Amino acid sequence: MEILSFVYFGGAILLSALMVVIFKNPLYSAMSLLSMFAHVAGLYVILEAEFLAGVQLLVYAGAILVLYIFVVMLLNVQTQGRVLQKQAPVVFGAAVVAAVEVAFLISRSHFYPELPPVPQPGVPPLGNTEMIGMVLYTKYLFPFEIASLVLLIALVGAIVMAKGKLKFR
Amino acid sequence: MLNDILAAVIVIAGLLFVVLTMVAYLTYLERKVLSFMQDRLGPMEVGPWGLLQPLADGIKLISKEDIIPQEANKAIFKIAPIISLVPAILSFAVIPFGRDSFHFEGITTHPYLTDINIGMIYILALSSIGAYGILLGGWASNSKYSIMGALRSAAQVISYELNAGMSIIGVLLLAGSLSLVKIENAQQGGFWHWYIFPQIIAFVIYLISGIAETNRTPFDLPEAESELVAGFFTEYSGMRFSLYYLAEYANMIVVSCVATVLFLGGWGSPLPILDFVPPVIWFMLKVYFFLFFFFWIRATLPRLRYDQLMKFGWKIMLPLSFANVIVTAFVVYMIRH
Repeated sequence: MEILSFVYFGGAILLSALMVVIFKNPLYSAMSLLSMFAHVAGLYVILEAEFLAGVQLLVYAGAILVLYIFVVMLLNVQTQGRVLQKQAPVVFGAAVVAAVEVAFLISRSHFYPELPPVPQPGVPPLGNTEMIGMVLYTKYLFPFEIASLVLLIALVGAIVMAKGKLKFR
Repeated sequence: MLNDILAAVIVIAGLLFVVLTMVAYLTYLERKVLSFMQDRLGPMEVGPWGLLQPLADGIKLISKEDIIPQEANKAIFKIAPIISLVPAILSFAVIPFGRDSFHFEGITTHPYLTDINIGMIYILALSSIGAYGILLGGWASNSKYSIMGALRSAAQVISYELNAGMSIIGVLLLAGSLSLVKIENAQQGGFWHWYIFPQIIAFVIYLISGIAETNRTPFDLPEAESELVAGFFTEYSGMRFSLYYLAEYANMIVVSCVATVLFLGGWGSPLPILDFVPPVIWFMLKVYFFLFFFFWIRATLPRLRYDQLMKFGWKIMLPLSFANVIVTAFVVYMIRH
């Protein structure tokens, strides 16, 4: 059952990712991206990371992609003149590097099923969300703060760029 | 295994039936409430007191011709209302509407479909997916009114979703869980345990954002009939038109249910003496109070201007909800330590 759903979600992710590139109409590309986000969330659910799945839908599908669609609709992007761009060699190079990396990782990984860690008796099992909260605010506190700082800088930068030349007094 | 699946199917079917009937009769209720507030009778012709009006409306809408504009993007035009309705209905899966589980011949059914521990995030995620139905429907219609309505709606939904999400965080901090069942259980034992009192600011913000997210008056700019004909569904007719309507009303019920669960203790009775009344009745009473509130607001307030709406959302509601989160987090920490 698990393998079956993995094959479904994995296949759907590959297919919709391909469709994002293939479709000529930018709106169709965006819709394929939506399908991909949804299926990645499904993959997270199989891995018992419900929190990540929910956030994936909320942030990527709910906020970021809506902004993409906004841009597509407002700018009325041309659907005919969308031919292969000039950065094809760069993309090809990146793809080769990524493929080599994935092949290397697969060759290094174990193919026998690993046993899940035995839960300690007496300790009530924490939910996925609580676990993430615990780890995020203890072990990974510093990277977490750095990430929020980076986001803050981006936010301030966006405001500065949008406002243009402000006259400071 | 088979029994569990059977139980789940029964609960799903029952839930769907109740929700869709509620949605249908909500249109009737809205017309009646508005009529009484405007000193007239409302639907009276079909059935006693017009009670069969929703049925007649349904038959009319189904038997109408399904018109698709020639210049429309046909595939997306057809899918958009469905994308709008499905997330609205899916949200009901995590809403706990009662206390007691029901046992029958080894089959156990709960008063909720599932109790996932990310219940609140699930509802927020679905409500953000619902915006696609509006956005795509407006774009695919290939009409100026529709695209204007769709853009307004999407901007509004994104802005106010943020406020709704931020206002909920205060409740989550108090309850210490994202699961709606746990949030409900944390508020039992009388109305003084309800989160509406410590979270009164969050409650007001959530209600306003809920009205804005469902595109209701006074935030109904996406379908402002005096300037945009009918907004994003101008070009829709027949059954597809009614799907958008169903989605709007289903979303209203979802917002009411979530407000009930988060702030009014869900199925809990306000006083321990009143415990003899079944929990489901309490839940329905609270939900209908919020639904009535929706209608009341619609009959009372005029529509906002667009810049007022955006300014209000970003400059007043958002800082307020941030302040609420910070104060709540501080107080909760001080109490627990």
